[in-house]
Amino acid sequence: MRTTIPIGPYHPLLEEPEFFKLVVEGETVVDMDVRIGWNHRGIEKIAEGKTYDQVIFLVERICGICSTSHPIANVLAQEDLAGAEVPERAQYIRSIVAELERLHSHLLWLGLAGHFIGYNTIFMWVWKYREPILDLFELITGNRNDYAMLRPGGVHRDIYKRDLPAIRKVMDELEPANEMLTKAILDDPVMGARLKGVGVLSKEDAIRYCVLGPTARASGVDIDVRRDEPYAAYDKVEWKVIVQEGGDVLAKAVVRLLENFESIKIIRQCVDRLEELPEGDIWSPIPQMPVGEGIGHEEAPRGECLHYIRSDGGNYPLRVKVRAPTYNNLPSFEASCIGETISDVALITAGIDPCYCCTERMAAVYDSSDKRLYDWQDLVRLSQEKTEKIRKELGR
Amino acid sequence: MGLKSWSLKRSPWIFHVCTGSCNNCDIELLDCLTPKFDVERFGILLVGSIRHADALIVTGAVTRQAAPKLKYLWEQMPKPGLVIALGACGCSGGIFRDSYNIIGPVDRIIPVDVYVPGCPPKPEAIISGIVKGLAKL
Repeated sequence: MRTTIPIGPYHPLLEEPEFFKLVVEGETVVDMDVRIGWNHRGIEKIAEGKTYDQVIFLVERICGICSTSHPIANVLAQEDLAGAEVPERAQYIRSIVAELERLHSHLLWLGLAGHFIGYNTIFMWVWKYREPILDLFELITGNRNDYAMLRPGGVHRDIYKRDLPAIRKVMDELEPANEMLTKAILDDPVMGARLKGVGVLSKEDAIRYCVLGPTARASGVDIDVRRDEPYAAYDKVEWKVIVQEGGDVLAKAVVRLLENFESIKIIRQCVDRLEELPEGDIWSPIPQMPVGEGIGHEEAPRGECLHYIRSDGGNYPLRVKVRAPTYNNLPSFEASCIGETISDVALITAGIDPCYCCTERMAAVYDSSDKRLYDWQDLVRLSQEKTEKIRKELGR
Repeated sequence: MGLKSWSLKRSPWIFHVCTGSCNNCDIELLDCLTPKFDVERFGILLVGSIRHADALIVTGAVTRQAAPKLKYLWEQMPKPGLVIALGACGCSGGIFRDSYNIIGPVDRIIPVDVYVPGCPPKPEAIISGIVKGLAKL
């Protein structure tokens, strides 16, 4: 007997509220449909009425978690259009802010994933370790989110010498914490049993669905914009791209955790370099935008983020086009969810990091066979019960 | 003070709805629940259904698709209850107020008791907003 379960469209903590339709036979998911476009604010149209400087503040508010990725991609597009040079110090500052954002975004994901499988301890602990990063942001940029650091041709604010020890201190504290979390997740047999082999996205499927970022790297696809087409200061520091072969949720978690170490490494090298460079040289003005078009892409915590700008030589852009990474990653649910059980769906959909949260909205339907009501909370509960069962079987 | 508002003040349960926000206010609201701020000490809890809630927190300027649902939610909310508009977008429409798909700030759809401005408001500001709203009851 086939049953249809709608999930959504409003989950309060989604970047873009989405609507999922699951078709299930018994416990097994046999078909899945995704609808997007519920959070449409007309950003690309508003951008046409803003000057080039103002567009940066607008794209910063596309997503609150990627609030450095979109501005970086946009300034790269503008600099590509104008052929502008960016001072070296500004490049390092961009890298520091982008990597700090990656750290807080990956930790946020790990916490939510922990909540979905019923490990609320992980949720609370990880979010505790995320707080110092936000405090650091407040110190160096003036705001906990929406940093307003980026500017075409450079950055708005300098990171002063007096703030560098604070960055080092946070990194020194975060590294052992991240090590502890990595061990806790890799060595725990319950976590292994719960995450391994769940929602496998094979390498062929990853390429076929054009997935990006950690989702692709967890399936063995070796792509990273930071290395392939370096922007900011990524070609001036030493780091490596993390690739895992599994394709399951465990591999996705491992990729994110190991990327945290690389981010810490990048930030440390950038801070060392900032020490040597003269303060204040952070902006080279762009006198006029020529006629033409520009493209900028950037590795956001969720994958490649692409911005396109067309100009007629005036003060306002003619067209701004944005392609966010989740747009590419969403359709891969079709490959990773089908054949899995309902109790794993919450976890798999969270695996690509579209930022789900526990506080949910009702989307109730009658299952014609046993008159049961399902909603997002039920899915999370099913997922948590499965973990509990595994934990008992393993005697822990 | 009536019995209803007396009982309301003790442990306000909140329901959160996103009507087109950028995720920022939402994350900061969730941050209030985690160890650093930990509002659960005061009995403040996020609940999954509006029928259990004492306060409705709305983030984001209201998009066309969200407006009827927001109104429907407010009609289902047990009264008396608080409505809190969170963030610049919820209070005034913010940077999105000129958009073709935005109907307007939250108070154009439902009556609002407390406005918490900021982009995003800090967790301290959110907690202070809830406390001020409770003092009003």
